[in-house]
Amino acid sequence: MTRQEQFMKKHKRFHRMIALSQAGLFLSLLVLWEAAARLQWLDSFFFCSPSIVVSCFIKMLLGEQLMMHIGYSLLEIAISFVIIFISSFLIAVLLWYYLALSRILEPFLVVLNALPKSALAPLFIVWIGTGTKTIIVAGISVALFGSIINLYSGFRETDPEKILLIQTLGGDRLDILTKVVIPAAVPNIISVMKVNIGLALVGVIIGEFFAGRRGLGYLIIYGTQVFKLDMVLTSIIILCFLAMVLYKIVQYLEHIYLRSGTLAK
Amino acid sequence: MKPFLSFENVSFAYHNLKGETQAIQNLSFQIEEGEFVAIVGPSGCGKSTLLSLISGLFEPEEGSIIFRTENSRPTVGYMLQRDHLFPWRTIWSNCMLGLEIQHSKTKDKIAYAEYLMKEYNLWEVRNKKPNELSGGMRQRAALIRTLVLNPDLFLLDEPFSALDFQTRIEVSEDIAIIIRNSVKTVVLITHDIQEAISLSDRVIVLSNRPAKVVREIPIKLTCTDKSVLATRTAPEFNDYFNLIWEDLKGKEETT
Repeated sequence: MTRQEQFMKKHKRFHRMIALSQAGLFLSLLVLWEAAARLQWLDSFFFCSPSIVVSCFIKMLLGEQLMMHIGYSLLEIAISFVIIFISSFLIAVLLWYYLALSRILEPFLVVLNALPKSALAPLFIVWIGTGTKTIIVAGISVALFGSIINLYSGFRETDPEKILLIQTLGGDRLDILTKVVIPAAVPNIISVMKVNIGLALVGVIIGEFFAGRRGLGYLIIYGTQVFKLDMVLTSIIILCFLAMVLYKIVQYLEHIYLRSGTLAK
Repeated sequence: MKPFLSFENVSFAYHNLKGETQAIQNLSFQIEEGEFVAIVGPSGCGKSTLLSLISGLFEPEEGSIIFRTENSRPTVGYMLQRDHLFPWRTIWSNCMLGLEIQHSKTKDKIAYAEYLMKEYNLWEVRNKKPNELSGGMRQRAALIRTLVLNPDLFLLDEPFSALDFQTRIEVSEDIAIIIRNSVKTVVLITHDIQEAISLSDRVIVLSNRPAKVVREIPIKLTCTDKSVLATRTAPEFNDYFNLIWEDLKGKEETT
């Protein structure tokens, strides 16, 4: 076996060990949970068990329009995410373009970002009413300000010598923006989007708690009110999967971008 | 005939909250068309400020900078310390950057870029990304990015200082040939005395900040081979070196 083959084998073994440990940890937690419920260490009315969750999932799928609820939550998350992306990008560009504007707005943005947005949700209901619009506003409000601040500070970190280069080639501020600042910020834009997709999900669920008639957030609140705790837990677990899938989608977009970067046209 | 470029009592200072820093004070010198002038000075003496003034990025606070082309500033090509090729663009598209910015991507200019890339061995790698190229190739690509704009005046701001010694000799050789073939007037800023002597027709030695002209030395080397390494063995080389060295040393001791 050559040294290279030895290295490859060692590398593969390490990664297999990581994957197996992750699966093992997950399975043993499930088994422990199930055992704890069956042996009555935990009250399965409050804490459920994996088998209860699975049967509840099937029941909801068949009888309670689960897919409709998931679909609404997803749609609201997607709309919030797109609005967050477009508006925070445009605002960050404006802030970069007009230095004075960014200085003026900075304290306002910092305060708005630090504010716990869930505190605003009840107000949104008073202002906008219940329903999808309020939920989307809640979703946007959670991520928007942080997204603006992060995108803007990414733009600010552009290498000043690259900016000088554009100037020496006779470029103006718009050239600097389109030729250097935005292209150089793409990795930062992607990582901000990864954070935003998670925050949009949080915001939408909060919105559904207060203003929803549909969606997973509504199911969770409704389930708690009528003591259907199996429904609550099942919804939360579905949320976990949704969060993971959404994150993977953004990661896949990043992957496509990176590949287009290394494969020259 | 008027000189190509003339500095007349130019002063420039940087301003910030801590006060002002005089970078250049009452600086006067001339550069003739077709000359390769090296400007040497102790580090931090305002050399880069000088280039920014020539290229028009800064305006002098006092005095004036006069070009022979009275009303219009000549096209200035600028080469920086690092190549600053954009990693997200191919070599070809990096070389097109200046043309894109100046909205002058004409057929002629593109053909000229093709010619330059073929001439200087970059044509084969035009579709690669900068990180796939050697330091020397990257520096040549950066040079072509400026050359396609066909500048009247070429400003080099320590363009080799980020390279290791061997690459530095090779690249400065390359670049000197390319520039002499395609551009008429060149101003090189450097703190490397040997580089200044072997590349230029005239060396202007600057004092510590605020920069003033200490001495102007026309360089005449009696060697037939004008390559960068050969010029270093010319009999006059050491005398020039010592002269400039003394000037720089003297200036640094007084501060």
